[in-house]
Amino acid sequence: MYPPNFNYVRAGSVAEALSLIASEDDAKFLAGGHSLVPAMKLRLDAPGTLIDIGRIDDLRGISYGSGDENDCIGPLTTHSTIASSNLAAALVEAAGGIGDPQVRNRGTIGGNIAHADPASDLPTVLTALGATIRVENPSSARNIEAASFFTGLFETSLEENELITVIAVPREGAGTGSAYAKLFNPASRYAVVGACASVTVNNGVVSRARVAVGGLTPMATRCGSVEAALEGRSTDAINGASAQVASDVGDDILEDIHASAEYRLGVIPVYVERALQAACARAAG
Amino acid sequence: MAKFVGKSFKRVEDPRFLQGQGKYVSNLQRPGMAYVAIARSPHAHADIKGIDASAALELDGVVAVFTGQDLIDGGVGQLPCGWVVPDCKIPERWPVVPDRARHVGDAVAVVVADNPYVAEDALELIEVDYEPLPVSMGARATTEYRAQQIHSEIPNNTAYSWALGDEDGMRRAFVEAAHVVELDLINQRLIPNAMEPRACMAEWDDTMEEMTVWTTSQNPHPIRLLLSGFTLGIPENKLRVISPDVGGGFGSKIFHYPEEIIVPWVARAINRPAKWVATRSESFMTDSQGRDHVTNVRMAMDATGTITGLHVQTWADQGAYLSTFAPLIPTALSITLFSGLYKIPGIWGEMKGTLTNTVPVDAYRGAGRPEASYLLERIVEKGAQKMGMDPIAFRRHNLIPADEFPYQTPVAFQYDSGNYQGLFDKLEEISGYGDLREEQKSKRAEGKLWGVGVSGCIEASGPAPSAVAGSLGSAVGFWESGTVRVHPTGKVTALTGSHAHGQGHETTFAQILADELNIPLEDIEVVHGDTGRVPFGMGTYGSRSAAVGGSALVRSATRVREKMTKIAAHQMESRPEDVYFDDETGNIRVQGATDEGMSFFEVALAAYTAHDLPPDIEPGLEETAFFDPSNFTFPNSAHIAVVSIDRETGEVTLEKYFGVDDVGKVINPMIVDGQLVGGVAQGVGQALWEHGIYGEDGQLLTGSMMDYAMPRADRFPQIETDRIETPSPTNPLGVKGAGEMGTIAATVTVANAVVDALAPLGVDHVEMPFTAERIWQTIQAHS
Repeated sequence: MYPPNFNYVRAGSVAEALSLIASEDDAKFLAGGHSLVPAMKLRLDAPGTLIDIGRIDDLRGISYGSGDENDCIGPLTTHSTIASSNLAAALVEAAGGIGDPQVRNRGTIGGNIAHADPASDLPTVLTALGATIRVENPSSARNIEAASFFTGLFETSLEENELITVIAVPREGAGTGSAYAKLFNPASRYAVVGACASVTVNNGVVSRARVAVGGLTPMATRCGSVEAALEGRSTDAINGASAQVASDVGDDILEDIHASAEYRLGVIPVYVERALQAACARAAG
Repeated sequence: MAKFVGKSFKRVEDPRFLQGQGKYVSNLQRPGMAYVAIARSPHAHADIKGIDASAALELDGVVAVFTGQDLIDGGVGQLPCGWVVPDCKIPERWPVVPDRARHVGDAVAVVVADNPYVAEDALELIEVDYEPLPVSMGARATTEYRAQQIHSEIPNNTAYSWALGDEDGMRRAFVEAAHVVELDLINQRLIPNAMEPRACMAEWDDTMEEMTVWTTSQNPHPIRLLLSGFTLGIPENKLRVISPDVGGGFGSKIFHYPEEIIVPWVARAINRPAKWVATRSESFMTDSQGRDHVTNVRMAMDATGTITGLHVQTWADQGAYLSTFAPLIPTALSITLFSGLYKIPGIWGEMKGTLTNTVPVDAYRGAGRPEASYLLERIVEKGAQKMGMDPIAFRRHNLIPADEFPYQTPVAFQYDSGNYQGLFDKLEEISGYGDLREEQKSKRAEGKLWGVGVSGCIEASGPAPSAVAGSLGSAVGFWESGTVRVHPTGKVTALTGSHAHGQGHETTFAQILADELNIPLEDIEVVHGDTGRVPFGMGTYGSRSAAVGGSALVRSATRVREKMTKIAAHQMESRPEDVYFDDETGNIRVQGATDEGMSFFEVALAAYTAHDLPPDIEPGLEETAFFDPSNFTFPNSAHIAVVSIDRETGEVTLEKYFGVDDVGKVINPMIVDGQLVGGVAQGVGQALWEHGIYGEDGQLLTGSMMDYAMPRADRFPQIETDRIETPSPTNPLGVKGAGEMGTIAATVTVANAVVDALAPLGVDHVEMPFTAERIWQTIQAHS
């Protein structure tokens, strides 16, 4: 497995990375290399230049917010770091279920979401948690809500020459909990279907629910109907609310040798329900 | 005497493996070496109208491009089939196809370059003009009259038909039967996936006209024989084949592969060393694959549940060509096991070997025997259900009694030894079988899907008596060689024709010889895998190494002892019958004498100085023996699997696993346990996850680890193993095979557990693998 020829440059800072992406032809950022490099080895992708951002320390690590501040995750933070962090429970849970230890030790959250694999776990989780993704280009910066960051199969709202610099995730205060439930693809461990729920529960009443699903849709999909059916009700309504997911996922249901669309649609309510139950249990402390 | 055999010594090969110091073919380098990459057909079936390599040849660093016709013009021969059943039609098979590709991955052109990057770049520049043809798929569908012909010389895509047993007895049994059960089942295509991909390196010595080939083979001597006699044409005495450390085979590295012909041919053509290393993608589409049988099985019983007859019809998909031993697997390694552990008077097995536009199928861990145990233990399970009997009670009712060995089955084999009731006694004990059934009752009462699967399996291992193999279609014999070379200093080099690629022969064979020669383990070096160092041997497969290769070494060691006894007796002025090897001192002493006798070293040195040898004794101390077994050995097992099924999602979880095996005498319990547990994991893999899937167009849809699900450690509970030992009388060690029993048993054990879990819904069969969706669909259809 040998990739075609490419140029390699290492960026020492965000500024240098942004200047290189603007000046190099046909360039791509290289982070953990766990999506891009396999594609290059299979000759499915052949960038002219790889800009290695892997040693920009400013882009690595977690800074926890206090009070209502968000937790800020550097895009080079590995899945294994997140899996052993104090971030929102669903994110910790999802990161710990990615691939295997070797993959988690190399793969990064920024690379993962930029790749936007429909079967990936983190887009679903970040969408449900209401994360904000900060991106920069050589001249400006902007913040994108996770729910509008993922735009299609392997597609994001990242524009040319933009680099993800921060992923901001709300802190889970008292009465708030989140969870991620997925059916593992037994080969790749990507999600055949995955569901993430983030809830706030007061006295047994779900005052706020955010739910997203992935694996069966071209991109992580927020489930407004489930949320609406649950908000303001007791946790007893979870089962009925979960069934509403069918009206949230649309008609474009993915199908492959691992699972038919029928099966994915058939079991997604189960995973939504399991995510909601676990999130509510966590919210109750 | 047994200071070493029977004890769990740590593997002497492990330090080098664990430190990354193994010598694998892909690690090896020769000066000035060129790299080979192979252009492969993206079509499952296509005529090759032309190949334009001009752009590739212009690329800097490309040495040459060769087509199939170039190789044919350069003298290569077709890949032969080494097992020919009566009326078998063997398709034409060239190492690089000259005019037509018949499966995705068939080699169509060869690139040689200065480095592997350029070689792969050049592959993309080779333009092959393909004219795609319709494909023929499916073990049984491919025989239908409308099916696309794959080889014009083989009508109905049927390479052979074979049958064995007592057809009249079978018919009588069904006429007289009180109960009949029947199943249609599929034993799905598997892809072996050894950890180390195949690789080949070759170096040609132009002045000596000698070729050295390094290849990832389980059996370097047969590969040399085939290269010399059929495919490459270099005389055997000018051809050395080396299989150094090999990272797993599971059968897939037994066979003669096109790349083993291409690489040495290229090395000679360009007069430069050359190397090819498979990518994982190439492994998926070129390593020979496993299983893929479509079967109808019927079983007849009398009113008491005694099995009286078995009728099996199977279509075995052999892929696009007949790989080296392909026809052996569904025939003499499968139908011959249809009696299982049971007394069944009327057995008739019919097998068709068919061709499809897929990667060739050949032996894969278990090789024919997992297919036999799958169909038999599935129908036996159904028989128990039909009779309303507990699955163990039903099996016990039909077992061959311990006092009837050797037992002649109606399907050719004579079982050597066994205590099948004893197997189940121990299995019930270690699994707490009664409690498991109680637990199941309470789980079912809670509405849970929770199943207990039972199996009792037989294996024929340690192939094989050469004359029997010959009568069944083999082109080769299946004895093994062993040389014991005692050096003048008393250190020992043992040469074996067996080959280790994970089995631990360097340890177990040293244990055998340390006992035989009464010397420390560390004084013995076991050498294998090099035709330049080791006498002709047959290699490793079919769980044969200890029974056949180990026995050859025992025989050589016995001759060494006899010679040492004579020399020592002469030197100590005693009679040979009074001389003995003393366990305590390690010396060779005279009975009743008070002196210390002679050390092993002193006797060895005396053999080489030859200053004072008995008159009839030649100098030197080296013996070679060839052991041809009188029979197979017949390991056997009784296993239990417990599974739970998530009713809402269909996910299957293996909760518990128990296995009791009789693999005869055990040389190294740790290694045997490792092989049994590994075998179980591989068998569970087939039941729960693994499936080599082809599209209707012949495209391999599971062509990478992203889509082909291998077993992972975290999906397994502790696998509890135990043993009973009935020594095999067919070899001096009393051993039976241990390497495949787990695989042969585990697949059907888990299958029976899954069906048992679903039984309350009225399910009596589900096809493998038991993916979440398949189980979910089954539950949906039955609720």
